[in-house]
Amino acid sequence: MIINQKYMKIAVLVKQVIGSESALEISSDQKWIDESNATFVMNPPDNYAIEEAMQIKEKLGDGEVVIVSMGPQRVQKVIREGLSKGADRGIHIETQESKNIDPLEVAKNICHSIEQENFDLILSGLQSDDTGMGQTGVLIGELLNMSTATLAIETDIDQETIKVKRELESGWFQWVTLDSPSSVSIQSGINQPRYPSLKGIMGAKKKEIKVIAASIEDSKQNLDKIFVPQKSKETEVIDTDVDASVDRIVDILRSEIKAF
Amino acid sequence: MNILVIIEHKNGVMHRMSKEAIAGAQKIGGNVTALVIGENSDSITDELSSFQIEKTLLVTNEKVTSYNVDGYKEIILQIVKVVNPEFIITGHTYQARDFMPRLSASLDIPFIPDLVSVENSSFTKQIMNSKLNASISSSSGPVLISFQSASFSEENISKGSSPLEKFEVSLDASNIRSTADEPFQESASEVDLESAELIVSVGRGIEKEENKSIAFDLAEVLGAEVSASRPVVDAGWLPSSRQVGSSGSTVSPKLYFSLGVSGAIQHVVGMKGSKNILAINKDPDAPIFEIADYAVVGDLLDIIPKLIEKLKDL
Ligand SMILES: Cc1cc2nc3c(=O)[nH]c(=O)nc-3n(C[C@H](O)[C@H](O)[C@H](O)COP(=O)(O)OP(=O)(O)OC[C@H]3O[C@@H](n4cnc5c(N)ncnc54)[C@H](O)[C@@H]3O)c2cc1C
Ligand SMILES: Nc1ncnc2c1ncn2[C@@H]1O[C@H](COP(=O)(O)O)[C@@H](O)[C@H]1O
Repeated sequence: MIINQKYMKIAVLVKQVIGSESALEISSDQKWIDESNATFVMNPPDNYAIEEAMQIKEKLGDGEVVIVSMGPQRVQKVIREGLSKGADRGIHIETQESKNIDPLEVAKNICHSIEQENFDLILSGLQSDDTGMGQTGVLIGELLNMSTATLAIETDIDQETIKVKRELESGWFQWVTLDSPSSVSIQSGINQPRYPSLKGIMGAKKKEIKVIAASIEDSKQNLDKIFVPQKSKETEVIDTDVDASVDRIVDILRSEIKAF
Repeated sequence: MNILVIIEHKNGVMHRMSKEAIAGAQKIGGNVTALVIGENSDSITDELSSFQIEKTLLVTNEKVTSYNVDGYKEIILQIVKVVNPEFIITGHTYQARDFMPRLSASLDIPFIPDLVSVENSSFTKQIMNSKLNASISSSSGPVLISFQSASFSEENISKGSSPLEKFEVSLDASNIRSTADEPFQESASEVDLESAELIVSVGRGIEKEENKSIAFDLAEVLGAEVSASRPVVDAGWLPSSRQVGSSGSTVSPKLYFSLGVSGAIQHVVGMKGSKNILAINKDPDAPIFEIADYAVVGDLLDIIPKLIEKLKDL
């Protein structure tokens, strides 16, 4: 077998989340959002992870990009979305219920399903927009004994090395060099994600999505209750027609804040 | 009950959120051990010695002179064996985001991040981009937790005196699989948001790039600077030097006039010190209204053009 040095096998972890435009009604058991009127979208940072994987493959000239998502049947929509942007195939780890799962349990399930694939690189989003755990990609890296880096805002990958520019706080950055294989979480803004082409959308229909049943064993952290946060500050609410709002704003700017 | 707090520091200065983590650990109550890793930390261990905690452990090792995720993980695993903590606590900093999940997977215990409060082993964190809160509990013994910025105040730290102990670790170089270069800042920016008196800030609610002229027109009549939320910068509509938030600038102007910003915590940490917050958002439940002094519910695309006209006529 000829080993192609430039070949890189990349997994992109993609989560489906409730879109930011959805009305957020707390479900009757108070443990999650009532999903019956929710619209679902790809977790926004994961778009950037897919784009980065595509760019790495294109730069190296060869490789495979596999979209991996765990969740109920509906998550196949975001896998297809990844495939329509050019990813090669998908893996769906299917759960029976739609509820939230402990990130460590998600990570173990994903590991179990992808271990045999021996990915060179796993890209994930920095954090999910719904629960904001910010850990799944790193958990998987540790469980699969990979090197890890978070908050990547640029990558520089050639045959030998994986270099990642990490975002630090308050406008600072740092380059890290990682041993392969590696699991890297991607910060938004790293690239400008492409839109699927019509050809891509048609082609995606023929691509393989392997379905593996999830097995949830135990959960180490449980979401017990969801509630609306209490307001701590006194706020004047101005909820009226446009002209009255404008008049009140002028008044506030002039007399209360003394902005001019 | 034993609690381990992992201290973050840079250039001989303790991270503000590490102090908040100490305050939080003291509130939970128990024997608090602070862990400091790395060189150049005399002033940090000095400061810790004036806190009412059990002790400070200092680890220096030639393989981990500055932050490295693998080195930190290995060191903390060794400390955990000795301290046996029920809680391992950090501030929810970018560094904590990097190493805490590694510990979680390695120790097979949960990492419950970015908490706003802890009450009798019930942990509260924000979800859905700060729009809702969730109570989380853990079904395992020890937990890793991190506190959101300003969830606890360093002013509440109980003072006392505590000893310093040096702790030797032995590290296997083959476990260290990443190397980090020196941190750096990108070239200086053309705008100085931090000293601006008045700021007009735009979020994704401006809907498209062309509409940013509305913000610039408003800023012009007011004599304000224009800032932005991250998605506006990510989309390339405005340069990153205008970004406010945890990865951008921290501002505290006399007026922060926000247009179509939802108020996610990573944005709010950069502007909540503003003297007056005037926010326009079409969603009456937008989290920005929680911290606003004036909450204008409405469509900025209708309100702002009229407001500009009116201000010009004054
Ligand atoms: C590690 C990390 C670091 C981050 N750093 C930063 C940072 O430094 N700065 C930052 O800002 N974010 C940062 N973020 C992102 C942050 O979590 C939010 O995603 C972001 O702040 C949301 O920006 P937004 O409010 O503009 O957009 P959205 O959340 O999309 O909100 C848009 C708002 O506009 C309103 N709206 C829409 N149309 C109109 C209209 N016509 N009139 C009035 N209102 C309208 C909507 O109701 C909504 O509330 C970071 C995230 C992470 C995980
Ligand atoms: N159920 C899931 N399926 C696939 N990827 C996931 C899943 N949950 C989280 N991820 C990935 O991990 C990242 C961080 O998620 P979280 O740790 O939940 O904040 C996401 O952006 C995804 O890339």
